[in-house]
Amino acid sequence: MASDAKPAETFVEKPKTLAELRAEIASGRTKAADLAASYYERIEKKNPRLNVYLSLTKERALKQAERIDALAARGDPLPPLAGIPVGIKDVLVMQGAPATAGSKILEGYRPPYDATAVARLEAAGAVLLGKLNCDEFAMGSSNENSAYGPVRNPVDTERVPGGSSGGSAAAVAANMAVATLGSDTGGSIRQPASFCGVVGVLPTYGRVSRYGLIAFASSLDRVGPFAANVRDAATMLGVIAGHDPKDATSLQAPQEDYAAASDKPVKGLRIGVPGEYFAEGLDPEVRAAIEQGIDALRAAGCTVKPVGLPHTKYAVPTYYLVATAEASANLARFDGVRYGYRSPRSATLSDMYSHSRDEGFGAEVKRRIFLGTYALSAGYYDAYYLKAQQVRRLLAEEFLRAFAEVDAIVTPTSPFPAFKIGEKTGDPVAMYLADIYTVTASLAGICGVTVPCGATRAGLPVGMQVLARHLGESTAFRVARAVERSLS
Amino acid sequence: MTSKVTVDDVERVAELAHLELAPEETQSMLRDLNAILDYVAELNELDTSGVAPLAQASELLSEPGDTASRSRPDEVRPSLDRAQVMPQAPETDKTFFKVPKVIER
Repeated sequence: MASDAKPAETFVEKPKTLAELRAEIASGRTKAADLAASYYERIEKKNPRLNVYLSLTKERALKQAERIDALAARGDPLPPLAGIPVGIKDVLVMQGAPATAGSKILEGYRPPYDATAVARLEAAGAVLLGKLNCDEFAMGSSNENSAYGPVRNPVDTERVPGGSSGGSAAAVAANMAVATLGSDTGGSIRQPASFCGVVGVLPTYGRVSRYGLIAFASSLDRVGPFAANVRDAATMLGVIAGHDPKDATSLQAPQEDYAAASDKPVKGLRIGVPGEYFAEGLDPEVRAAIEQGIDALRAAGCTVKPVGLPHTKYAVPTYYLVATAEASANLARFDGVRYGYRSPRSATLSDMYSHSRDEGFGAEVKRRIFLGTYALSAGYYDAYYLKAQQVRRLLAEEFLRAFAEVDAIVTPTSPFPAFKIGEKTGDPVAMYLADIYTVTASLAGICGVTVPCGATRAGLPVGMQVLARHLGESTAFRVARAVERSLS
Repeated sequence: MTSKVTVDDVERVAELAHLELAPEETQSMLRDLNAILDYVAELNELDTSGVAPLAQASELLSEPGDTASRSRPDEVRPSLDRAQVMPQAPETDKTFFKVPKVIER
């Protein structure tokens, strides 16, 4: 079965780099409007099988493309993403465009404003193609929880693209966008990027504004980019990062040129390898690929040394308590009053709430609201939520201790490559364990980049996660770039 | 922390969360919740007495005199205009959200 499961048609296609496309557009050899049209053609061709886009924003995209073409025709200086076709995960709002968060409960909703990250991309010249499929409210590790059907992995369409930002990762892998935005609460950018063989960025908590991101777990939610290569991902982060008064937790940190930082050699950097991420449960082929990546860093002049992160095994239970507790509060706003779905069976106010939520939410979202409500309820708060927040501090502090010794930490992004659609849907705990290497950085608030690092014998991509301390994105990009260079 | 969730608990939580469950959903929720709670009970292995809870990672960035990680002051600011917001409501008179009757009389 495995041998004939491989599709004859390949969906994988590498986009041109930002630098190439910008040069073409600046010189007039390529019109931004034609480029956008060619992306829409490719989307039309591939989307019926891959289910990557939930909706398209053609009118807005073409208007922006024409604006860029006019700038180029006048010979005016072009902004950094001039004419670049970009896709947006459907948990980030765009004014007037559908915003479903992969849920039936937001069907028909047209937000009256743009998310800050979206507005910044457009101000930098990006052409916004449309909204990308994802797990409902970003809750999932396989994109199988979308109310609008699963996304298929362009590398092997019988497999999941990862989640929850499955559409964002698959779009880049299949060249249905040059770059995309996703969100990462427990691994939702990094894991799908690794499953689809692209670069994904987890910025430091507070580095990118959450304004206009439909909230899942507010102390963990981050907005970050996907791209086909490290330098382009760094450029994307440079555009969306920076303080925003509309997000109460946005940092005042100075801007950095991440793309330029990624060009720097890694000679002399100290790289930590935590044994806890190479223990039981790690697929041997993934291990071998990551070890080759580590060898490449050594060959590039890095000092590689072991670091201890002994609380790692407690990260998944800690994460699922913190995240579900926050989700139960955040998702209380979906009640059929102000926007989205209202059940027609609504004789009383109380019925309206419960019927609308029952009919609007999918099974995994209900499960998490339940767990979170239970963990926060009278008599259980100390045992579950408070306990989890205490362990969260232990996890964060051990990262801080490790980063006193090393500049970056490298691990596999996921213990296994992309799994088959349907393989893990019956067992929530097994699905949660897919996040075992990513939830730690989420809880600690540190940053990271996942970069393609070889493949299994069956051709499934393997991703290396490069973690750095708070506000250490430049270092993470530099290390990721060295791994990328060693493979090309 | 290892106490088993009962059907009564599930019904109580459903009420708190404004979710309704069909009888068969109650059973599967019971099973899933117990499996997840058994799993998270691993945290009991850790002695966390005296450990301050960490609610926000940005706390870790604060150093004396550091303004980079300070949260925005909690002040009232202008928000979205009602005329933009109300059209999204399932039922509205353009000024208020309309809901089914709350109190019978």
